[in-house]
Amino acid sequence: MPKDHGIGASTKRREDVRFLTGRGVYTDDMALHGQTAAVFVRSNVAHGRIKSINTAKAAAMPGVLAIFTGEDFKDVGGNPAGWLINSRDGTPMREPKRPVLAHGKVRHVGDAYAAVIAETVAQAKDAAEQLAEDSVIEELPAIVDMKQAVADPSNRVHDEIPDNLCFDWGWIEDNRAAVDAAMKAAPHVVTLNLVNNRLVPNAMEPRASIGEYNPGTGDYKLTTTSQNPHLTRLLVSAFVLGIPENKLTVVAPDVGGGFGSKIYHYGEEALVLAAAKKLGRPVRWTAERSESFLTDAHGRDHVTKIELGCTKDGEILAIRTETLANVGAYLSNFSTATPTFLHGTLMSGPYKVPHVYVNVKTVFTNTAPVDAYRGAGRPEATYSLERVIDKMCRELGLDPFEVRRKNLLTPDQFPYQSPVGLLYDTGNYQATLDKAVQMADVVGFEKRAAESKARGKLRGMGLSTWIEACGIAPSNLVGILGSRVGLYDAATVRVNATGNISVMVGAHSHGQGHETVFAQIVAEKLGIPDSSVEIVHGDTSKIPFGMGSYGSRSLAVCGTAMTKAVDKIIAKGKKIAAHMLEAAEGDISFEDGKFQVAGTDKAKTFGEIAFSAYVPHNYPLETLEPGLEETAFYDPANFTYPAGAYICEVEVDEGTGKVDVVAFHCADDFGNVMNPMIVEGQVHGGVGQGIGQALCEFTAYDETGQLLTGSYMDYPMPRAEDVPFYNVDYSCQTPCTHNPLGVKGCGEAGAIGSPPAVINAVIDALQRGGHTHVTHIDMPVSPSRVWSAING
Amino acid sequence: MHNFDFAKPTTIADAAKALAADGAQALSGGQTLIPTMKQRLAAPGVLVSLTGIAEMQGVCIGDGGLHIGAATPHAVVAKEAKAHYPALADLAGGIGDPAVRSRGTIGGSVANNDPAACYPSAVLASGATVVTNKRKIAADDYFQGLFTTALEEGEFITEVVFPIPQRAAYVKFNQPASRFALTGVFVAKFADGVRVAVTGAGNDGVFRWTEAEAALSANFSAAVISGLTVDPSGMNTDLHGSAAYRANLVKVLTGRAVTAAG
Ligand SMILES: Cc1cc2nc3c(=O)[nH]c(=O)nc-3n(C[C@H](O)[C@H](O)[C@H](O)COP(=O)(O)OP(=O)(O)OC[C@H]3O[C@@H](n4cnc5c(N)ncnc54)[C@H](O)[C@@H]3O)c2cc1C
Repeated sequence: MPKDHGIGASTKRREDVRFLTGRGVYTDDMALHGQTAAVFVRSNVAHGRIKSINTAKAAAMPGVLAIFTGEDFKDVGGNPAGWLINSRDGTPMREPKRPVLAHGKVRHVGDAYAAVIAETVAQAKDAAEQLAEDSVIEELPAIVDMKQAVADPSNRVHDEIPDNLCFDWGWIEDNRAAVDAAMKAAPHVVTLNLVNNRLVPNAMEPRASIGEYNPGTGDYKLTTTSQNPHLTRLLVSAFVLGIPENKLTVVAPDVGGGFGSKIYHYGEEALVLAAAKKLGRPVRWTAERSESFLTDAHGRDHVTKIELGCTKDGEILAIRTETLANVGAYLSNFSTATPTFLHGTLMSGPYKVPHVYVNVKTVFTNTAPVDAYRGAGRPEATYSLERVIDKMCRELGLDPFEVRRKNLLTPDQFPYQSPVGLLYDTGNYQATLDKAVQMADVVGFEKRAAESKARGKLRGMGLSTWIEACGIAPSNLVGILGSRVGLYDAATVRVNATGNISVMVGAHSHGQGHETVFAQIVAEKLGIPDSSVEIVHGDTSKIPFGMGSYGSRSLAVCGTAMTKAVDKIIAKGKKIAAHMLEAAEGDISFEDGKFQVAGTDKAKTFGEIAFSAYVPHNYPLETLEPGLEETAFYDPANFTYPAGAYICEVEVDEGTGKVDVVAFHCADDFGNVMNPMIVEGQVHGGVGQGIGQALCEFTAYDETGQLLTGSYMDYPMPRAEDVPFYNVDYSCQTPCTHNPLGVKGCGEAGAIGSPPAVINAVIDALQRGGHTHVTHIDMPVSPSRVWSAING
Repeated sequence: MHNFDFAKPTTIADAAKALAADGAQALSGGQTLIPTMKQRLAAPGVLVSLTGIAEMQGVCIGDGGLHIGAATPHAVVAKEAKAHYPALADLAGGIGDPAVRSRGTIGGSVANNDPAACYPSAVLASGATVVTNKRKIAADDYFQGLFTTALEEGEFITEVVFPIPQRAAYVKFNQPASRFALTGVFVAKFADGVRVAVTGAGNDGVFRWTEAEAALSANFSAAVISGLTVDPSGMNTDLHGSAAYRANLVKVLTGRAVTAAG
């Protein structure tokens, strides 16, 4: 019998009651007394010098209350990059100031250089149009292509950065010579040039922010679409506006998806706060979809050359990559970590590879900032690796399954120190591969291929065996790697007098279902119904602290903090029980919601203990404090390492080039699983996004820096008809060794493991169909690209 | 969106009057016009809704074939044309999504003449007649290039009359983002010949592929298409496909449409 509550139960998501009945409260749903509307004036050129902004006419228009330009913020701080990366030669990265509003220059289409606050949105828009007309911006040549950006030092995104390079990073630089030597000595070298296509995150809810200021107390409040309210508070306080943390509350209410794009602090948030202070009225802004396309931090955008040295029978000896990674016009908060420590450290994948070296040059361009997007660096690493291994198999005539088996780490090799700096704690990569092979009925493939052929389609099968590092992250390690923050998390468990519980967690749920799963865990540990536990998140005035949700960290890091806080509650409960039952604390056991004196039937229920904690009529107050509330901070000892094997089958229509994903099998190892239904949903969503990247999504700027895919008329999102019924399994479990729940994280896996499986399947189909000249097609493998590859 | 006045006449005559006003523009399903207004790319002073006019609604058999009121939504055509002209009903049922089909209308689509829209191919391949408040326009005279038609100032479509072919099919290949037709081919076989109209592909909007028409009129089989070539120079190139790719689609989809027409 599957469990119907607590850990391991597929409990239905409690938050869906409000989401599915239209009762969610998102930022834009809030109506505030005296509210005003902000509209941003955004650059329509990719690169330009701001000559003048004449605000007079706009300021005199109906309803206009205030106008801000870059001039108003020139003396406050910039929005910083969270990680300081050094170049190979030891020099620190170049970090240009990212102002609240563009000042001096505009650097991408959509870069806001002014803002209008008016009584209504329509009035603010009218005035913003006027202001745009009254602004003189001298257009400069746009820097769009990364190779050109590096090659042409005369044209600069930031005047002070001569070659448009943020840094030139080598990982691990000391190993470079040894890797070069190993590559030289390898009997066979496979080379693949590929592009990891730039993606627009497309959260269903666009970004929105409301600033409030109370002149009576000097308190500020920012309600905003954030995955990470405490980080936003920290950045606004310590870096940008200097508002003391204790005078600023950041609330991230219901948030409709983020996929990374809402981890970061954006200038609009600072603007609404500054404007609220100036006007003494709430100031609100909600992005239109076009603004989301232009200004949300985009994802991926790597151009990579990967080389793999191997023996003729497919043993991998060395891997070397050179990547140009686009950071766009400014450094978004995680943009320097994503192509480096979330990418280079994964470049040996789940394999035993003696020599690996990764070089990444990050490049400024006149495009929107690029930052972490579901998977963040790890999909890029996995794609490069799984594609080059596939190419190796073709060049050497080897079986891709056998080659994986030959190179995968074996269970006896853990803990494993990878050549790119990570210590894998545990795993069983053979088990997930075997499982996937069985799920996909690999032996029956030829028969299915024949059926497809009879219907005029080419069928192909693609494999990817992947690993990721998540549960981000040990502060001591990331500190060494350049992080400016720690990446622990925190939780407070508050037992109310009547025995029910409020848990304040630093993780933020914007679709993941924390409110359900976290409650299951607390309820299980305390032996009480799930419904007695309420999860509170997304409000810096209520929760102790937190570093938000991203990097598949919520359960592994914040969930662990919460578990530790629950352990403290149990310990305190034992103290209280010992007092109430007149026994020694050491003799009290806690099980199934009961504190019991060992070997007797003397017991108190959890509810009785809670009540007594708040009605402490006869407490020995010198040794026993009233109340039952505990907080824990947890800093992980290591990353967690989910891994898995994905098998994709596609059908290709040679006449049109259209690819249909007809089957997708996932065998994942997420360690212990708290709520199988939610885990499956996360895998579905992740694989859906991965299929989207592989088949349809792309972001195109023209040579003048105009975004050509700036709406859903041209930016192809995957739809239900583009994805198959997923076949998902998570029964291969090697629990994480260093957190008490044994969990690893499942939020990004699908987006990491799936793109190479799809592309490998497409190449397989084309090869089987006799199109042997097609050894690679860059994502997305859109119909026209596939057709051109076949006919080209 | 800028402010505008709104009129909702109930007769064609009243609509004609309302549309004669300065800055007036017809509003049908609003699936094209409203998004354009929201982006502030259009700012008509008066919107004259055509959806309250009973004479402009519905699907029925009459003189010359199937009459479809200009303000009839795609969803209604998908349902009610099925028994009379299944290929046309299929086309209507494949436009956009359920919300678009519930509001968007044949008149709006044919008036707008988006080069990637589906209906223009059916109108042209069927040799339909576009009826306006002023006159009747043959399909061959009506479509005049991208977003351009024979409609004059103040003139609006009241109905479209489709001769019903013996066999027909529409095959649409979706543009990956918008899911309009990257290329769509409508093949209609009448007693006196075959008409083939192509949307989405041409540089100049919907067009007839006369070479295919001649070949299919002689022998209505997909096999004859494989011997033909489509000149890419008349085809459109964009983010989603080159001219050569579209030329290929015209050929492949025409063959498939012939097969589908049976
Ligand atoms: C998400 C989405 C997907 C879509 N997918 C497709 C698709 O796959 N295939 C496809 O073909 N279309 C598609 N469309 C377009 C859709 O079919 C629209 O309904 C159509 O383009 C316009 O019809 P409408 O009734 O909404 O016209 P409106 O938006 O009301 O008007 C469009 C234009 O026509 C004028 N007009 C309206 N009615 C008349 C009339 N009777 N006489 C003269 N002028 C008139 C208006 O003044 C305006 O200029 C899609 C639209 C959307 C929003």
